[in-house]
Amino acid sequence: MNFTAVRAGFLTTVQDLGRVGFRDVGVPMGGALDQYALRVANLVVANDESAAGLEITFGNVRLQFHDERLVAWCGGGFPVTAVTHVLSAGRPALLRAGEEIFFRAAEFGCRAWLAISGGIDVPPVLGSRSTDMRGAFGGFAGRTLRDGDEIPVGASSAMTAQIGHRIGDAAPASWSASAEWASVGRAPGLLRFVRGIDWDRFEEEAHATLIRQAFRVSPDSDRMGVRFESSPLKLKHPSDLLSEAVAPGTIQVPPSGEPIALLGDCQTIGGYPKIAHVISVDLSVAAQLRAHERVHFREISVAEAHRLLVRREEELARFRVGLEAVLR
Amino acid sequence: MDRDSLSVEITPLGDSALLARFASGRLPDEVDQVAKVSAAAAAVAAARIPGVVDVAPAYESIAVFFEPRLVLQSGDPANGTVALREQITSAIGTAAGSPGRAGRTMEVQVCYDAHFADDLDAVAQHTGLAPEDVIRRHSAAEYRVACIGFVPGFPFLIGLPPELATPRRATPRTRVPAGSVAIGGTQTGIYPRDSPGGWNIIGRTPLQLFDVHRVSPSLLATGDVVRFRTISREEFDALAR
Repeated sequence: MNFTAVRAGFLTTVQDLGRVGFRDVGVPMGGALDQYALRVANLVVANDESAAGLEITFGNVRLQFHDERLVAWCGGGFPVTAVTHVLSAGRPALLRAGEEIFFRAAEFGCRAWLAISGGIDVPPVLGSRSTDMRGAFGGFAGRTLRDGDEIPVGASSAMTAQIGHRIGDAAPASWSASAEWASVGRAPGLLRFVRGIDWDRFEEEAHATLIRQAFRVSPDSDRMGVRFESSPLKLKHPSDLLSEAVAPGTIQVPPSGEPIALLGDCQTIGGYPKIAHVISVDLSVAAQLRAHERVHFREISVAEAHRLLVRREEELARFRVGLEAVLR
Repeated sequence: MDRDSLSVEITPLGDSALLARFASGRLPDEVDQVAKVSAAAAAVAAARIPGVVDVAPAYESIAVFFEPRLVLQSGDPANGTVALREQITSAIGTAAGSPGRAGRTMEVQVCYDAHFADDLDAVAQHTGLAPEDVIRRHSAAEYRVACIGFVPGFPFLIGLPPELATPRRATPRTRVPAGSVAIGGTQTGIYPRDSPGGWNIIGRTPLQLFDVHRVSPSLLATGDVVRFRTISREEFDALAR
């Protein structure tokens, strides 16, 4: 079965939790820029957490379904309508054949992740259904969606049918994930970081700037990275470095001195000095940054970053258990 | 093989990866260094350490990406990666004690026809060599894949004869055709697909460097030895068909 992208919007792609195991041959991880958002949306429609969904950028997306589907979305501040109902983030809605969901322009943040019961059923490429736009493979024909595309969806689980039955005629369910879970990235403009391997190569003034100054998000940002405008972060002794691995979250500083926080579609290796890394749990925040917004950075230890990661997973595990209790 | 030559320092690369950096300049030959790093990376991958999802070698380092859910959940997060560090160090140690992975020797056909060599004259001018001399020296050398990146399947090859070194173009091209063989500084490389790029284009291969539908999507792997074989325009056209 398919659904139709009646209006595909500015940049809508099929994404799952990303592609691993091929970094040694230069294949980026990709995947949903906010993995927690996609995982929560999937749980709410009784999908496997790793099922492929849509990543919607800025909104103006209208989708029409051709059979009964449970849908839920998480992410930034989007006014969303399912059939005639307002559909808040984290709340499942049952759509029947011919019915539509419409994402208007984002009011805050810039990205949303939509899960559809059964998951998007494009063929996995190198172990993932994520769209690699630069490589033009994976996802839907290796590209962003266009108006009129027919996107395949898999078979819904028995659990989905049960939830659908419970929701009945009230298109959106009476329950939802908490706002905290539905909009993980909805936070003040603060990115926590751990020191990068090249931290000590930078002048002390660069460290002070990173910690104290507000950084403005450049319009030049994309799925590869968030570029910042700032006073330049200077090296003590500028020198060429050998390229080595970078990862989503890495804050690298090109010769201009203006830092770039890498996101999911970043290259696998880079030659710019790595002053810091945005911690994994704050990639949800980074994924919602819009041009001209201001953010601050705060240093934490790697141990603290690990504690936050473990805590986030424990909370998600509790959410999963609670959800199963609600759905049972 | 000298165990000392693989002395390694492991530091965090963010909170979900570790970077093992090898002591620089311990070996007389950077080509040997790359061979040893890729052998060590192969050993880390072969160790199948629980929770490790990706092992990415480059020049003098190996990045080991892990799934935090699997690595950190047991025990105290403050010491979350202690066991992983030990496992990586131990795997690298086994590579140091063994003969190491030789790396395959791969032949890459290259057509240096003027049609495919937009920057051959620029390289000739910069190096003070005749264009045919540039081609002869470029195709006679033996290279090693130091890492693969930039785009999927792009090999960074070391071993360029020093006299051929040419700085990258001041303004990168918005589109370099797939298969282009190019010189960037002291390295040479091959563009797997049409992409922007700033290296000096001196030829083109008809080979597909990266294809997601192959069992091994990348034609080349880090540590491979690469030799270029000059082919004519006719051979290129026949192979590219």
